[in-house]
Amino acid sequence: MPDHSSGSATRVERLLASNLDSVDIGEGLVLEVALKAGLEEDERHRLGMAVRESLVNAVVHGNRYDARKKVFLSVSANRDRLTVTVGDEGEGFDPSALPDPLAEENLLRQSGRGLLLIQAFVDEFEVRRREPVGTQVLLVKRLAPA
Amino acid sequence: MSVKLNIRQVGDVSVLDAVGRITLGEGSSTFRETVRDLIAKGNKKILVNLAEVSYIDSSGIGELVSAFTTVTNHGGQLKLLSLNKRVKDLLQITKLYTVFEVHEEEGAAVRSFT
Repeated sequence: MPDHSSGSATRVERLLASNLDSVDIGEGLVLEVALKAGLEEDERHRLGMAVRESLVNAVVHGNRYDARKKVFLSVSANRDRLTVTVGDEGEGFDPSALPDPLAEENLLRQSGRGLLLIQAFVDEFEVRRREPVGTQVLLVKRLAPA
Repeated sequence: MSVKLNIRQVGDVSVLDAVGRITLGEGSSTFRETVRDLIAKGNKKILVNLAEVSYIDSSGIGELVSAFTTVTNHGGQLKLLSLNKRVKDLLQITKLYTVFEVHEEEGAAVRSFT
C-alpha cells in the first residue's frame, strides 16, 4: 500500500487483517504520522485511543474476525489537520440506534463506550457507508499552527 | 506490554497493583480472571491500584465496571486508587466517576472499607 510523503503533506494507507494485532499496528502507524505532524503528547494519546477503538470496532463488530475480510486504514496529515479513516467489510450499523452509554440505566453495562470515547477524543467524527460493502469512520484531529 | 497484576493483603483489604495496559485481549482477560479468583477465595474488599497503568481502553473500562458489579453483587466493595490524569479523563467522559469510589492515598483508601 502506498506511503506518500512530500513537503508538509503525508498520506499512508494500509490493508490490515481482521485480528487484534492489526489494532496495535494501526494505532502505531497513526501515532508515527501524528508525531511527525507535531501533535503534542496528550493529544497523540487521545488520537491513538480513538484510532484503537475504531480499529477494534472494525475487527470485532464489523468484520467479526473473519480472515477473508480486511480492515482499511488511511492516515493523512497536512498543515491544518490529521485525518484518519478506518473501513471494514461488515454489515454496517446505525450509531443512533446504539444505547446511550451515559444514561443512568446503562452506566454499569460492560460494553458500549467505544464510540463515546472516539467522539470525545477527536475534533470531527463521521460514520459513512463504505462502497460496495461495510462501514467507514472518519476521524479528524485539528493541528495547531506552528 | 500487557497488564501485570500483583495482590497484596493489607489487613482484610486485597490491594491489586496493576502495571501496564488494560486493553482488549490479554490485558482485560487477565484482569477479569484475577478479580474472579479473589472473589472465589472470599476476598470481598478489593482496592485496585492503577498508579502504574499507562493505558486503558473501553474494554479495560468495561472490565473495571464488570469487576465492580461482580464484587458488589457478592456483598463486597471495589474501590480505585491513584488514577493518572488519562484514566481520570476516561472516568469523567464515561460518567463512571459517579460509580467508583476513587482514592489518592492508600492508607486512607484501606481505612475507608467497612
